[in-house]
Amino acid sequence: MSVSKGIDPRGPRVGASITAVLLAAVVLLGASTAGLWLLTFIMLSFLLGTVRGAEGSWQGMVFKRFVRPRLSPPAEMEDRRPPRFAQGIGLFVTGVGVILGFSGVLLAVPIAAGVAFIAAALNAVIGLCLGCELYLLLRRTGLVRA
Amino acid sequence: MLGQVIALVVLVLGTAALGVWWSARQGAVRAPRETPVGIDWASSGIALADRVTFVQFSAEVCAACRSTSRVLGGLTGSSSGVGHREVLVDDHLDLVRTLGVLRTPTVLVVDGGGREVARMSGVVSDTQARQALSRVSTAGVELDGERQS
Repeated sequence: MSVSKGIDPRGPRVGASITAVLLAAVVLLGASTAGLWLLTFIMLSFLLGTVRGAEGSWQGMVFKRFVRPRLSPPAEMEDRRPPRFAQGIGLFVTGVGVILGFSGVLLAVPIAAGVAFIAAALNAVIGLCLGCELYLLLRRTGLVRA
Repeated sequence: MLGQVIALVVLVLGTAALGVWWSARQGAVRAPRETPVGIDWASSGIALADRVTFVQFSAEVCAACRSTSRVLGGLTGSSSGVGHREVLVDDHLDLVRTLGVLRTPTVLVVDGGGREVARMSGVVSDTQARQALSRVSTAGVELDGERQS
């Protein structure tokens, strides 16, 4: 358990906007092999974000390197766990699409990308953390343990 | 390709609509939910304040819970007889089920007698919290007069 002051809340949102653009590209590629590979890449990005936290994903690095130096310091820091949990939800959704895609169900690729797009775009634009919204429901059904 | 473009446009519009709907619901003061049994707050370790208590259901993974907690905490500091109790959903799953709490943060506005008079979910602003407080002062009248069916 690393004890930190938290992360810049704008980081995950900038990261989510990058991810949303990539997911929109998957939707445009449709049920195709190219779309499947791009979705696989996005899934691996979510894997990185789930293991290392949103700030440790490559999108987080982009924010730290290119965006944050141009911004004034944030008003307050955010706990790093919610964005990391959201990365896990993204990993799950895109993972289902990738598994189905490699099993021959290519239509699942743009559908999974669409679902993930909704979450990423809302996160980027209005700061909605879908993973956080779902947490209690998952806990109530016993799918997720504390 | 045209099909994919249409799919993307529909997706973006749907997402925007969802965003507007979700934002409008944040912290809105709603009517209390009918709960079948009287809740024994004390046995769940929740000590109620004299007049009104904001019972906030939070989770550790919930960023919105922090700002809500700060708003409600500030309000209780400035008004007498008003309390704020934060409950971790992970420790009170039974209570969460009984009360029909679906997301965090959910704030129940409970009067001195343990009756829920209003609830809010999502980020609660100071204005919305004060609006909920004013409900409590009128709730007494509602008890004597007509009870909503």
